[in-house]
Amino acid sequence: MSAQLDSIYEVARRSFLRAIRQPAAFVPAIVFPLFLVAVNSAGLDAATDLPGFPTDSYVTFALAIPFIQGGTFALLNTGTDVSTDVETGFMNRLAMTPLGGPSLLAGMLGGAMAIAVIQTVFYIAIGFVVGADFAAGIGGIPLLFLLSLTISFAFSCIGTFTALRLGNSEAMQSMFPVFFVFLFFSSMAMPRDLIVQDWFRTVATINPLSYLIEGIRSFYVTGIDGEALALAFGISALLIAVFLSLAAASLRTTLVRT
Amino acid sequence: MTGVAGTTSGAAERFWGVARAVAWRSTHNFVTNPALFLPAMIFPLFFFGAFAGGLSGIDSSPGFDYPNGYTAFEFGFVLIQASAFGGVFTGFGIARDFESGFGRRLMLAAPNRLGILGGYAIAGLTRALMVDALLFALALLVGMNLSSNAAELLALLGLALVVNIGIAMWAAGIALRFRSIQAGPLMQTPVFLILFLTPVYVPQDLLASWVEKVSAVNPISPIVESSRNLIAGSFDGLLLAFLCGGGLILLFGIWAVSGMRRAEAAGG
Repeated sequence: MSAQLDSIYEVARRSFLRAIRQPAAFVPAIVFPLFLVAVNSAGLDAATDLPGFPTDSYVTFALAIPFIQGGTFALLNTGTDVSTDVETGFMNRLAMTPLGGPSLLAGMLGGAMAIAVIQTVFYIAIGFVVGADFAAGIGGIPLLFLLSLTISFAFSCIGTFTALRLGNSEAMQSMFPVFFVFLFFSSMAMPRDLIVQDWFRTVATINPLSYLIEGIRSFYVTGIDGEALALAFGISALLIAVFLSLAAASLRTTLVRT
Repeated sequence: MTGVAGTTSGAAERFWGVARAVAWRSTHNFVTNPALFLPAMIFPLFFFGAFAGGLSGIDSSPGFDYPNGYTAFEFGFVLIQASAFGGVFTGFGIARDFESGFGRRLMLAAPNRLGILGGYAIAGLTRALMVDALLFALALLVGMNLSSNAAELLALLGLALVVNIGIAMWAAGIALRFRSIQAGPLMQTPVFLILFLTPVYVPQDLLASWVEKVSAVNPISPIVESSRNLIAGSFDGLLLAFLCGGGLILLFGIWAVSGMRRAEAAGG
């Protein structure tokens, strides 16, 4: 058991070090989501005048975006690392060691989670720096932290599965705009009940990202909201269960094939 | 004199020989690999749907006076965005080739290494043409109001392709310096940034705060605005747009060529 934990630790350490030694991958993952908040806040500030808009500060409303967007970067970076490992034959070499598939997955995702911790601390701090409201109070911070990491873990599982299926780092990078656009089909920019177009409101209602955003947003806008949090944690847990199982199955195939 | 002409013609021949081969390989890889082909084709359609559909109420806001409606207004942006990302995807291909060692072999074999860059650029243009054609077909299918004549349509396509080459050179410069696909976020994130700092959702006059100031000096803004004018049947701002696009190609062309020199110095 101890040897297994040591192996997981080493794979996670490698994954983390590889990420932070590549500023070209790591820095955009932190900076770009904040930029999107800045642009949306500048362009859509007038939306706070709409009757029924839940806050008079668009920045407060928009601060949920970086947490989710950070998750999409976790997906991209984890996926790219995993697909590079497949391409370069690192997976082949690991297959010849006693390290099992679940330990390998745990290690790869552990590295992504270490990055997610840094992202989450940064985003929470930025919220306070720009003077956004935080309706949940100081007591809500640990819960926000937990939800943010759960979401990042779910996205990393999606990235790992996609990478194992594609086995192609170029294709993995090309998937980013496809995942990114799902944010625009959600309640990212407007509360769902204020979206004018019926079809768009329907898509935003079906889109699980809306519920993840609304879960994070509740900490800033309404305070601890049991329903929003149950949905956000529930959907994250479902994504983890589905994509972790799929990733484990794909990893078995990859290791056998190699 | 004949000797000089002969040398020039030989250099051009070597350049095009390499460029043709690299372009063929990249295009073949793109078209025959669904994992590369589908995301490139799908994501502009998604963006078009998200912007033109989700925000269509904006065309009734005071001061919004674009005559062809919000779908056409957003089409102008999405066409430029799709072409720009065609360029970014070209950079991904270069980074992957150099990371896997193929780039090193390519440099050893190529009698003219700038031909390698030219080949990737041609492949990027081919990709952009496919994506732009699909986007046009979809826009017309959903009833986009198009007022352009043939010359204006040609100019619109020209603008999109100029942006594609410019951004491909940007991404190539990054790819050749890092020679790792892990530099992918560095290729695409600044492109997202500069695109979203144009008049994406509303015309320039309706922008407010700091975005308005940045958008006013953003070299992509005249390109986006001119593409919208062309859709509405006007050549207004076209010269400035092509000047900005040409500037991008020149600037990032130098960036890409110096990247190639770095890759040569590092042994591929």
